[in-house]
Amino acid sequence: MERSEAELIAAVLSGDSASFEPLVQKYSPRVFATARRYARRDSEVEDIAQEVWLKAFDKLKTFRGEAPFEHWLMRMTVRTCYDFLRSHQRNRESAFSEISEPEEDWLERFVAEPGSAAEDADAAKLLINRVLEKLSPAARLVVTLLEIEDRSVKEIAEITGWSVPLVKVRAFRARAEMRKIVARMAKEKYL
Amino acid sequence: MNIAELQKKLIAAARLQKPDVRVPYAFEKRIMAHLDARAANHRWVSAWTHSLWRAAVSCVVVAMLFGVWTILEPAGAPASDDLSMDFQNTLLASVDQGDNAP
Repeated sequence: MERSEAELIAAVLSGDSASFEPLVQKYSPRVFATARRYARRDSEVEDIAQEVWLKAFDKLKTFRGEAPFEHWLMRMTVRTCYDFLRSHQRNRESAFSEISEPEEDWLERFVAEPGSAAEDADAAKLLINRVLEKLSPAARLVVTLLEIEDRSVKEIAEITGWSVPLVKVRAFRARAEMRKIVARMAKEKYL
Repeated sequence: MNIAELQKKLIAAARLQKPDVRVPYAFEKRIMAHLDARAANHRWVSAWTHSLWRAAVSCVVVAMLFGVWTILEPAGAPASDDLSMDFQNTLLASVDQGDNAP
């Protein structure tokens, strides 16, 4: 018979570490999906996921069971991703000169006729990934959670551990930072 | 170029990206192996720490016993007040013993 999540957690806490495996199996897809929003290379994504699970095991006794285990785990995942961003702040100052041909074509289509540049084009996805990589860690986290994942300010405050006013301030700064980066990209290409 | 419009389009493009939920093969086994290795290492470290503590306690007990023995030991020959004389006697004790030998 399949054991419930609460039973598995209780078993791990009482010393049966093998009961942790079904939890890893069940929630790893979500952990990997989140990690892939912040890291590009497979090795980095795997490192993040591994760190999340080792942290989860160590801190399992702090899980009080008031909220679902998944929420607790996702909070830990997002915070680990934020730590990753802070420790890998390379390439943020690089120029947009390495933009590929399809990306350039997409931008040109947008300049000629904004409606003709489709959002679902691969080039647009590559461009937004470039822009996100140039954001500061806090700005990238806020833009990802607020604009891309469509989470509320309150939710972001819970996930990140920041206060609601701090999230609002960081969201304001993140939008401005992103606008500046997009403007720089446009300027480098078309001025 | 309308920067605000471009920003909106790029955000929309990001929203359309479906999160990739693939997990590397046997990832959970790797995590469990990590946890087991850590637990084994932890067991070794805690056994070593435990032994060190036991050794430290034994050393303290032995030191205390010697201390008590030193305090309670019956006094031997009374020491003279002249330190230089005592020092000289100690230094020349072997020579004196040599002279007294048959």
